[in-house]
Amino acid sequence: MNVRLLAIAVKELRQLRRDRLTLGMMAGLPVLQLLLFGYAINTDVRHIPTVVLDHDASAESRDFAASLVATGFYDVVGHVEQQDEIGRALRTGRAKVALVVPAHYASDLARGRPTTLQLVVDGSDPQTVASALNTATGLAAARSSQLVATRLAAAGGVVSAVPIQMEPVTWYNPDLRTATYVVPGIVGVILTMTMVMLTAMAIARERERGTLEQLIVSPIRRWELVLGKILPYVGIGYVQMTLILLVGRLVFRVPMVGSTSLLYALAFLFIAANLALGLFFSTLAKTQQQAMQMSFFFLLPNILLSGFAFPWEGMPEPARWLSQMLPLTHFLRIVRGITLKGATLTDLTGELAWLLALLILLVTFSSLRFSKKLD
Amino acid sequence: MTEAVVRTEHLSRSFGDLVAVRDVSLEVRRGEIFGFLGPNGAGKSTTIRMLCGILDPTSGRGFVVGHDIAKEPEKVKARIGYMTQRFSLYEDLSVTENLEFYAGIYGLGPRERAVRIAAVLARTGLEGRARQLAGTLSGGWKQRVALACATIHEPPLLFLDEPTAGVDPVSRREFWDQIHRISAEGTTVLVTTHYMDEAERCHRLAFIFRGTLLDVGTPEEIVARRALRVVEVVAADAVRAADLLRTLPEVDEVAHYGPLLRVATRGGVDPERFVPDALAAHGIAVTSVRATRPTVEDAFVSMVKDDARGGAV
Ligand SMILES: Nc1ncnc2c1ncn2[C@@H]1O[C@H](COP(=O)(O)OP(=O)(O)OP(=O)(O)O)[C@@H](O)[C@H]1O
Ligand SMILES: [Mg+2]
Repeated sequence: MNVRLLAIAVKELRQLRRDRLTLGMMAGLPVLQLLLFGYAINTDVRHIPTVVLDHDASAESRDFAASLVATGFYDVVGHVEQQDEIGRALRTGRAKVALVVPAHYASDLARGRPTTLQLVVDGSDPQTVASALNTATGLAAARSSQLVATRLAAAGGVVSAVPIQMEPVTWYNPDLRTATYVVPGIVGVILTMTMVMLTAMAIARERERGTLEQLIVSPIRRWELVLGKILPYVGIGYVQMTLILLVGRLVFRVPMVGSTSLLYALAFLFIAANLALGLFFSTLAKTQQQAMQMSFFFLLPNILLSGFAFPWEGMPEPARWLSQMLPLTHFLRIVRGITLKGATLTDLTGELAWLLALLILLVTFSSLRFSKKLD
Repeated sequence: MTEAVVRTEHLSRSFGDLVAVRDVSLEVRRGEIFGFLGPNGAGKSTTIRMLCGILDPTSGRGFVVGHDIAKEPEKVKARIGYMTQRFSLYEDLSVTENLEFYAGIYGLGPRERAVRIAAVLARTGLEGRARQLAGTLSGGWKQRVALACATIHEPPLLFLDEPTAGVDPVSRREFWDQIHRISAEGTTVLVTTHYMDEAERCHRLAFIFRGTLLDVGTPEEIVARRALRVVEVVAADAVRAADLLRTLPEVDEVAHYGPLLRVATRGGVDPERFVPDALAAHGIAVTSVRATRPTVEDAFVSMVKDDARGGAV
């Protein structure tokens, strides 16, 4: 290996080794974020507190309520007697959903008459609404088709001619668990944050302490300096990624459906793009603090626009365009695609192309700005 | 004539409206210790930075170790050492690690590196501190390590920008011993300083003020060219005496040295008679008058004052 490049890389690693705080942050931050997102910010819609207003009080109505509970999405927290008690339960937050079973439910079913179950949902929490309605309608549909089938069977019809079932089906993340979706995303967010910040600061630090002048007056080539500074952080990026995936797997049972080596290979482009961006920031920042602020400022649109926090599909057109410019957007699709859906290289060529284009752009930009002159 | 290691032709550099270096033409010869003198903001560092190829001149040309500084800065960089003003070691690296780093970025292979580092540690008496973190060294030791770092690749030309600022007199002497040793080994040294005792240790000097080169020559030549005559006077009221003398056109400079007044005169007057006479005329009694040798500092101050007054040298 090139002597000069190696000298920079070794020095960078030695400094890093002595900088306990940064080291701790680099290992601690991913894990902390992971646990935070995995546990605290749980958007899993499970165990929705539910009250039941049963006008029928029949075996069939109790049976439906029981099957609702059996899905795991609902917990019956109580029974109410009157319509207006539902309002109170929802307002006080005792329940988010109320199931209303009409009178004559059982007899209507028995006579084959259409019957309507009512599901009152607290709409102030859209997450709940969506999933509550989904599961309940699904359940009702399944129930009715089951009834039709039984009835047909009883009437001597062909059992196989079951009417089309209307099960709500979710692929890839069938339990709709947040952790599964969020953990791969965290890989991207953490890498963006640490990679950009570390490089931006690594060069700003030299500038701040006056050592940059000593570096640029040496015969080291520009690319050797840049690469030597960046390479150790690529290693750190991989360590972070591995850490997150491991904890995600062990603690949150996040699957790895696709090829790990493909993920690691593609991650290189992403890490490199972020490092190039950090380098670009470092050419603008005079001090480490400025470098840090720039990195944080950059992180915000990444979290908001990349599809990490909000679905990309729901964004207005300009926001989508902006988000295409962020390496994270594409890496998120790659990492989610590979870990959750088992996407292959051919599935990901589009994202790969974007990532590559952004990388080339950033490297060109930052190396043009990074010069071995003082002004 | 010996070969010029550094040669500049009308070298200038501006920052916006400010002309930091103006039309500097000079030569530094192989093997000499060349002192670069000038007050704060004179343009010393700016000149050195241009010579090192890290700052482009606004106009003029410069040749360092045979290469054009604007056209081939990287070739220049490979053959010089530069200890920047406030040279900073990596404080979180040990002495050896700092040396290894600089050896590495100057492209020394591992074997060569080990030999040089061992030699430099022995020569500078740093062996006992090889594993100490640079940040925990005292000022004098830091300067020595910095010098060792800047010369680890044994460059034929060494730039030292105020290498001894803030270092105690004993350490400064030791540091200058090192500079002379390096020079004796054949290295050309260009050093900037504010210390006049250091200026007198150089083979040749250049005075720069407000970006303009005022004079170049050996310390003796420079002092001689100013044609100063200096006396040390003990007078009854030193402060009033100084104020009075400063109003006289023949008096170039007056400075307090404890009870003494150091008075420099120009223009062919004999200060041993002129000064006591001038003071006596104002009723200030003079206890003693003694002629003394003009120094580089006298020449320097005189030149700067002249220039500040807009007078011709
Ligand atoms: N990058 C810069 N941008 C703007 N002005 C600058 C820059 N570098 C130097 N200057 C100005 O140029 C002038 C010469 O500065 P320089 O650092 O060369 O002086 P110096 O002789 O080294 O002084 P000192 O003894 O204080 O180190 C000063 O007025 C300084 O403010
Ligand atoms: Mg300076």
